[in-house]
Amino acid sequence: MHTKRIIPCLDVNNGRVVKGINFVNLRDAGDPIEVGSAYDKAGADELVFLDITASSDARKTKLELVRRIAEKIFIPFTVGGGIRTIDDIRETLREGADKVAVNSAAIMNPKLISDGAEKFGSQCMVVAIDAKRTSDGSYHIYKNGGRIDMGIDAVEWAVKAWQLGAGELLVTSMDCDGTKNGYDLDLLKQITDCVSIPVIASGGAGNNEHFYEALTTGGCEAALAASLFHYKELEIKELKKYLRDKGVSVRLTE
Amino acid sequence: MITVIDYDAGNTQSVCKALEYLGYNTELTGDCDAVKSASHLLLPGVGAFGQAMDNLKKRGLDEAIKEYVKSGKPFLGICLGMQLLFSESKESPDVKGLSLFDNSIELIPGSKEFKVPHIGWNSLDIKENSRLFKGIRQGDYVYFVHSFYLPGDFEHVCASSDYSVKIGAAVEHENVFGCQFHPEKSGETGLRILDNFAKMK
Repeated sequence: MHTKRIIPCLDVNNGRVVKGINFVNLRDAGDPIEVGSAYDKAGADELVFLDITASSDARKTKLELVRRIAEKIFIPFTVGGGIRTIDDIRETLREGADKVAVNSAAIMNPKLISDGAEKFGSQCMVVAIDAKRTSDGSYHIYKNGGRIDMGIDAVEWAVKAWQLGAGELLVTSMDCDGTKNGYDLDLLKQITDCVSIPVIASGGAGNNEHFYEALTTGGCEAALAASLFHYKELEIKELKKYLRDKGVSVRLTE
Repeated sequence: MITVIDYDAGNTQSVCKALEYLGYNTELTGDCDAVKSASHLLLPGVGAFGQAMDNLKKRGLDEAIKEYVKSGKPFLGICLGMQLLFSESKESPDVKGLSLFDNSIELIPGSKEFKVPHIGWNSLDIKENSRLFKGIRQGDYVYFVHSFYLPGDFEHVCASSDYSVKIGAAVEHENVFGCQFHPEKSGETGLRILDNFAKMK
């Protein structure tokens, strides 16, 4: 049976996990590989590493990180942050990442999506979309980590990204992010109704029910969260049992 | 030593790293003689059927693989590497595959619920006495990424998965094995499958 995916997201700066991690028995809670392995054991279906390193040798740091992850973690992982060119994509995949997430660079140069899909396959091109509701109820996309309103409709951009060859969309609601009041189901549903590729819900998860809603009402194939898992407010296995009992198929191994 | 065929077919690192993690030495090579003299041969692959066959042929690797397989030593194809074992694929209708098996690779029909490509974890329905799946529990999950598939009713299918159609998740016949899913990305279950292959005589 095909299953819906639960994905923890790790923010990494200079090779270190930056958000708080509450795993017991971790020798080094800042080490992305230790944290990633712990999530693998905890039942995560996939991992997203978002590199926020801003230093001049950010590229080198990132590739080194990807190489280390690939040596120890044997579930799929996506790497995002600062991926701007076909060469960035090639290097990241070559070091062992399964997918790359592109955001601002794809907005500025949508051809990056089609070129990447053509060269490396759609399956490795994740387009990350940061969306915020406008006063008229529609959604706009933002670039540069949510700092710049592009004045582009989020649903239109999602459709365009899909048509250009994106394999998946990672949709973050800027309004809901950090609130723990639930994913933006309206935004997610509008997008999943218009594209036929998997959509990953992001931003706003606070409890089990929120995941259930995103994976049913929201039409998403996967749901992502960060601090909720890092601070152990929710255990992935417990979440999956909840989803299974509600009739959502998930990968649950004893 | 596990010999992994290098023919510009995307991410070959992951499978090498998984085997090394299990304690096996790996050799990544596109050399025909190295392929023929391997003790365990693995054909990975991400990409398109036609392009991959071109890449193999350009290097003479298609013949080298066939010669290796005749020797009776274990062979494993992963993802596209499994599809290439067949005679044809709807992905590249004019291209002939390695034809170790006579069957066609089809396009997953897809629907609103079952999106194409098939990406994610799916459970396995494993046939009895499979050597590749020794020690793997019925219903265990593995990770798939593909748009084309081997119909699950093919005679040498040793495990299948449901995705609106019955997908041939793995094949096993004498010394030839294939996985449509990615064992190198399927956590503990996948590592066990790779270990089973590496231990075969």
